[in-house]
Amino acid sequence: MTHLPYIVGAYVIAIGMPLVLSFEALFRVRSARRRLQAIDPRRDRGRA
Amino acid sequence: MDARSSAAPPRSGRSLHRFANPGRFLRLSGKVVPWLFWVGGLVTALGLIWGLLFAPDDWQQGATVRIMYVHVPFAWLASAGYFSLAASSFVSLVWRHPLADLAAVEIGPVGAGFTAVCLATGSLWGKPTWGAWWVWDARLTSVFVLFLLYLGHIALVRAFDDPTRGYRAGAILALVGVINLPVIKFSVDWWNTLHQPASIGLTGAPTIAASMLWPLLFSAIGFTLLFAAITVARLRAAVMERRIRSLLMAQASSASGEEVPA
Repeated sequence: MTHLPYIVGAYVIAIGMPLVLSFEALFRVRSARRRLQAIDPRRDRGRA
Repeated sequence: MDARSSAAPPRSGRSLHRFANPGRFLRLSGKVVPWLFWVGGLVTALGLIWGLLFAPDDWQQGATVRIMYVHVPFAWLASAGYFSLAASSFVSLVWRHPLADLAAVEIGPVGAGFTAVCLATGSLWGKPTWGAWWVWDARLTSVFVLFLLYLGHIALVRAFDDPTRGYRAGAILALVGVINLPVIKFSVDWWNTLHQPASIGLTGAPTIAASMLWPLLFSAIGFTLLFAAITVARLRAAVMERRIRSLLMAQASSASGEEVPA
């Protein structure tokens, strides 16, 4: 397994990038939903 | 012919515009996104664990072949993501679909990220296999051009004060860039390359052993679901942010006593 560092590196990058993009997207949705509810509290659009 | 039927949009336009309603999109996507994330995560985990721990070594490359289970799905998604970016741009230019502009803007960074992972994992596969991190081979170069197209699109849609002009310029770039997709696909057939030809095609049986094919398919389906989940979640955020901007502008206009444009 002399090529183990290459394999581990590839898996770390491949798992890390979607994780980062997922968390960024979910935080953005949560933040937008919160701001929208603060401005337009009559409609719960984010959760709908 | 009555007035209503003559004013009705064509059938394809009607079905597309049904989903153009932001409220309907938010309701539908709110239910779909969690499923996409959970199912995508589980299928990806299954494919990667299978590929990493249980799939056999290659007779020539040994354990290095396990990089395939991450590299190939990202390579497919780099091209598929660009195709969906171009399709959104086409819908935006032809039908002025309100969500198509935002979809194109949100697909760009996700596609660029996935293409970067494709290039990085390919480089990590190339070093032990070819003895080089990078070669200006036809396949590698055309994927690098795809990465630059993504970056160009991201920059262009944000380069204008008027977002509509940015969307239009980005859409034209996206449609012109589609020419690169067949170049990527057939680069290994048209030129002598270090990169191996395709082992799986739409026509003909795969030339890869079933013990390697199944984990690869699981990994590819899982990452595809995650790509969709991330993109739809970003699109949800973009729709809400647009609504926030229009509400703030309406509030500011009413506070200053101006008439709010429709």
